[in-house]
Amino acid sequence: MRNLFKLIAIVPLLVFANIGYTADMKVGFIYIGPPGDHGWNYQHDVGRKAVDKAFGDKVETVFQENVPESADAERVMTQMALSGADMIFATSFGYMDPVLNVAKKFPKVKFEHATGYKTADNVSTYSARFYEGRSVIGHVAGKMTKSNKIGYVASFPIPEVVRGINSAYLAAKKANPNVEFKVIWIFTWYDPAKEADAAKTLISQGADVIMQHVDSSAIMTVAEEAGVYAFGQASDMSEFGPNAHLTAIINGWGPYYVKRVKQAMNGTWKGGEQTFDGIKSGMVVIGDMSDKIPDDVKKEAMAIADGIASGSMHSFTGPVNKQDGSPWLKAGETADMGTLLGMNFYVEGIEGDIPK
Amino acid sequence: MFKLEPRVEFSPMISFLGPLFSIALTMIFGGILFFFLGVDPVAAIKMIFWDPLMSETFAEYSRPQILIKAAPLILIALGLSLGFKANIWNIGAEGQYIMGAIFGATFALSLYPSESVFIFPAMIIAGIIGGSIWAMIPAMLKVKFKVNEILVSLMLVYVAEQILALASLGFLRNPDGAGFPGSRNLNDYPSASNLELINGTGIHLGVLISLLMVIFFYILLFRHSLGFKIKLIGHSPKAYAFSGDSPNKMVVICLLVSGGLAGLAGLFEVAGPAGQITIDFNVGYGFTAIIVAFLGRLNPVGIFLAGIIMALTYVGGELTQFMLNLPAAAIQVFQGMLLFFLLSFDLFVNYKLKFLKD
Repeated sequence: MRNLFKLIAIVPLLVFANIGYTADMKVGFIYIGPPGDHGWNYQHDVGRKAVDKAFGDKVETVFQENVPESADAERVMTQMALSGADMIFATSFGYMDPVLNVAKKFPKVKFEHATGYKTADNVSTYSARFYEGRSVIGHVAGKMTKSNKIGYVASFPIPEVVRGINSAYLAAKKANPNVEFKVIWIFTWYDPAKEADAAKTLISQGADVIMQHVDSSAIMTVAEEAGVYAFGQASDMSEFGPNAHLTAIINGWGPYYVKRVKQAMNGTWKGGEQTFDGIKSGMVVIGDMSDKIPDDVKKEAMAIADGIASGSMHSFTGPVNKQDGSPWLKAGETADMGTLLGMNFYVEGIEGDIPK
Repeated sequence: MFKLEPRVEFSPMISFLGPLFSIALTMIFGGILFFFLGVDPVAAIKMIFWDPLMSETFAEYSRPQILIKAAPLILIALGLSLGFKANIWNIGAEGQYIMGAIFGATFALSLYPSESVFIFPAMIIAGIIGGSIWAMIPAMLKVKFKVNEILVSLMLVYVAEQILALASLGFLRNPDGAGFPGSRNLNDYPSASNLELINGTGIHLGVLISLLMVIFFYILLFRHSLGFKIKLIGHSPKAYAFSGDSPNKMVVICLLVSGGLAGLAGLFEVAGPAGQITIDFNVGYGFTAIIVAFLGRLNPVGIFLAGIIMALTYVGGELTQFMLNLPAAAIQVFQGMLLFFLLSFDLFVNYKLKFLKD
């Protein structure tokens, strides 16, 4: 018992000083969920490791997982900046206002915010044109469905998600004029139980290909059990459904992170920039195609990816009408940036309403 | 073997030492956990309990941050403690917190952009009303139909979360927000902003009020007849019945007060640190406050200390994550240990361990 007391007495007295670092630069990352989600956060962590690998001892990276999109995010980023971070990547949309608040207090720290739209002198944003990938998998889905019903598990009705649904639908419809889309909104980015329930509902309604814009691998597992097809989201998820997995849209943050850290080191980094990259720069990567996909469909799909990368194709090329039948894009016209970034309507042919 | 015997005499010394022992044991077992995760246990525990208060790098920022994090916990836990003493179990403070924020923000944003000094005080009232209305639903169902308030108040949390999503995507969505969910930022609307009281610290009116409430509740519980009645109905409902008051009155009062305070906490948060209504506005203060209430032994001063310690483990826990690479789950286990040890000690406060000879 006496030793116990000694230990208790010692604990608060010990002062450790060697927590300092020797790297030239310290880069912090904050994640909305755990990097083990095999989806969104996992890929950001892969990007962080790419930075580790590219710069070795010159750059120290730190990260914090499960940071809520609230006042907590502001505190975490402030503490990171106080601990000596020179650059912070905030990897979720909801960190937007907290990033701007912290950036104001630390004008020398460089901030990079994923998927947001507000910038400052020391805040830049970056996002990926995931919708380009949706054109590719939309085509595959249209060709692979037998029931002509494609299920889509969607997270929140924000422009990015609506854009993905529209892009996938247009590609699927072109590949197979009889397809129907069924969308379920589950209002979360990461909830394996809800995701699985939504997938089961879609399958029971006759969908035999499931797409997802949520983060976990639960849908892939359900698809494997039910004997239907699905696509990997953010990462290759074939280990969760070897038979169900057709291909994946993989988020490739590594090249961007390495580029921005390098710019920060040599003084060419600028705030106020808005990066929106796609297949061309490697921010969106199409995963390996399953051998369940016939060779001609594989070829067509890769041709779409190549066409988008080279700029000869665009996911949104007219003629396209809005859901209510009003014209949006004239024949040959492609969507402009503003409409894409604020997209809040379905294209013609998709049933149901976007939740308000 | 052994058996547990109820103590006849309570030792005030033990009930004071209990929490201290729990903290010490948490440090030891948490340290062992951290050791097995490959982290220097002394450095980790020092970083959780010491650095936020004393380190040169962080303390100046994190000291007021601890108060800011503790304020909603204390405010909600105070309200809950009334009911818990009277055996009235409001588990749904999280939902009342959300509704307080929604009511306050809706009121303010419906007046945007007109400026007036009356807007913020009126928002405070709206927040209290929002929280109390949400708590009145289980109260009324309990009084009228004898429906279990634990179940109703808990289920209403999920209803409130749906209304929160509806507000962020619909009626409160920022019209200048390019279609993204989330309301306008109240910090950009001077009349509706829960301003800093001390420049650069982030300390807001909610922090001050939560501290005043600690004193108010102390007086209420120990110097006012309502406090006596609450304790009486908790200890002996039959004895209470002789006082001539209806137990239903107590149900209504306890839920009204806890709901109102949770709503108030939500209002201060949405107008201050959070700034806006978003889908993920609530981060579990309403549930953590239940732990704080028990950690503080339903005593206002205890709740104050428990709130501070809880906030300390949050703020310090965050430091260990990015400074020492501890996973977030390890910090949650650490917090869980604290509650576990405290409740175990409670057993020995109320019972004596007696070894039996065969």
